[in-house]
Amino acid sequence: MAEAIKKATRESFGMALAELGDTHPELVVLDADLAKATQTLLFKQKHPERFFDCGIAEGNMIGVAAGLAAAGKVPVAATFAMFSAGRAYEQIRNSVGYPHLNVKVVGTHAGVSVGEDGASHQCLEDLALMRAVPGMVVLCPADHYETVAAVKAMIDYQGPVYLRLGRLPVESVYHNYPDMPFTIGKGNTLRQGGDVALIATGLEVYEALQAAELLAGEGIQATVIDIHTLKPLDAELVTEAARATGAVVTAEEHSRIGGLGDAVGAALLDAGCAAAFERVAVNDIFGHSGKGMELVDEFGLRAKDIAAAAKRAIARK
Amino acid sequence: MEQQERKELQKIACQLRLDVLEQVYTAQSGHPGGALSSAELLTWLYWKELRVDPSEPKKADRDRFVLSKGHSSPGLYAALCRRGYFDPALLKEFRASGSVLQGHPDMKKCPGVDMTSGSLGQGVSAACGMALAAKLDGAPWRVYTLLGDGEIEEGQVWEAAMFSAHQKLDNLCWIVDCNGLQIDGTVEDVAGPGPLDQKLASFGFAVEQADGHDFDDLERAFAAVRAEQGRPSVILARTVKGKGVSFMENQVGWHGAAPNGEQYAQAKAELEAEMARLEVE
Repeated sequence: MAEAIKKATRESFGMALAELGDTHPELVVLDADLAKATQTLLFKQKHPERFFDCGIAEGNMIGVAAGLAAAGKVPVAATFAMFSAGRAYEQIRNSVGYPHLNVKVVGTHAGVSVGEDGASHQCLEDLALMRAVPGMVVLCPADHYETVAAVKAMIDYQGPVYLRLGRLPVESVYHNYPDMPFTIGKGNTLRQGGDVALIATGLEVYEALQAAELLAGEGIQATVIDIHTLKPLDAELVTEAARATGAVVTAEEHSRIGGLGDAVGAALLDAGCAAAFERVAVNDIFGHSGKGMELVDEFGLRAKDIAAAAKRAIARK
Repeated sequence: MEQQERKELQKIACQLRLDVLEQVYTAQSGHPGGALSSAELLTWLYWKELRVDPSEPKKADRDRFVLSKGHSSPGLYAALCRRGYFDPALLKEFRASGSVLQGHPDMKKCPGVDMTSGSLGQGVSAACGMALAAKLDGAPWRVYTLLGDGEIEEGQVWEAAMFSAHQKLDNLCWIVDCNGLQIDGTVEDVAGPGPLDQKLASFGFAVEQADGHDFDDLERAFAAVRAEQGRPSVILARTVKGKGVSFMENQVGWHGAAPNGEQYAQAKAELEAEMARLEVE
């Protein structure tokens, strides 16, 4: 077992990126006046000649990244999820996705856990937007360890990637799974149980594991799957888990429209798998200001909410 | 410029116009106006300015060209095929299903296209990224990008302008095809973004004005741009939209319309007469 590290995934990203700069001379990092918040500052401090602040001009930043990639560089363009996946959606779609350029788009401060900044900054639709771009890989790691692995995998992968990260420190998960590989497109089964499958992404992975503990206390055995890659989705793994348990709960800090729940639900329908299905997600509403984790509570995204959804699903089997 | 060279370039530009006409007529779709206005600009770029090798379109140290006004694709395709990137017979497939000649340029499909474009304001940012890549490598290759004067209304163009100057991209040359027309009317009437010379100069550009149909003036302007150090350049090229086809010239309706059979015959006759004139002169 490794050391438990509670850290914001944006910090883990910044550290991993700065380190990868040593071994990847083609890596170029762009930011839009948020280098301290996105933690690309760590790369800037180590490799100032390959860091460019594009100012508060996200559309241009994505276009510059596309041009760098077209000339053989490996650009990482980071800003808040609201302003990368959101504001620069069309630039990502037309200048990165359509020509399938090797650009890594990073969206930090995703979800309601942004907290005090409120709805204007709490992007709840980035996974939906980025999943809709043909050929885009969409990653959403759960904790420090998985983020470090995801950043490395993203840089080594050839093609456009969207990486979703959070603002708040998140609990450590993978110190308990030191040998678990990170493979783009392959989900990780973190716990096996026959009664229900809890399928989660991002900070909800920890909540799902806690939910499994709560359920175990009531004699319910849950499988827990971490879907760190929303696209391409590991449809085989989620379908197997649905068939084995007959009850599925998805959990994400994202709108219930277009994110993990929709992806898993569609995969199950495609496979003709009729499992009972519940979604833990933000309903079709905007967020608001508050303390980050209190909002995660308020929007019904905690372990207790996942456990309750699991019991509803099991009751419908 | 020698008389003979000037005439050769004029003949190429006339051929590009004939090719534009053929593509838009055959497809019964496309944007003739801005492709015709930029025929001399594309001729100068591909025959005189860009250090490129059509037999090796992906050569790492080539100069790059980004058609930010991607709807002028029939002009670009004409230049690329006449320069030897692909067989001019392909022009017949312009805008057809399965063609490498998409409605707007696709770098994954068409040989010689350095950047996919079409959504206005985006190509110019990609050109900035390419110029930055050359700077990072200390490489001598240069980047040229052609914008429309209507395209200038996109906010992203001004984000790219700030970036170009801030990063001192003296290996980057913008060219604005100032034909004065956009879909809904004259550029001045629709959004009035001028005066572009003062605006771009205040953004930190070296500004050259040129007659976009005069090769001697283009030679002068491009030479000045090449000598610039420490700041990006822009050539504001005064042009006539629909140039070379009498009934298309300065007509807003020919931005994105295809000629019918009769119009096609007249346009072709006019351009062929111009070609004949250049050949006997």
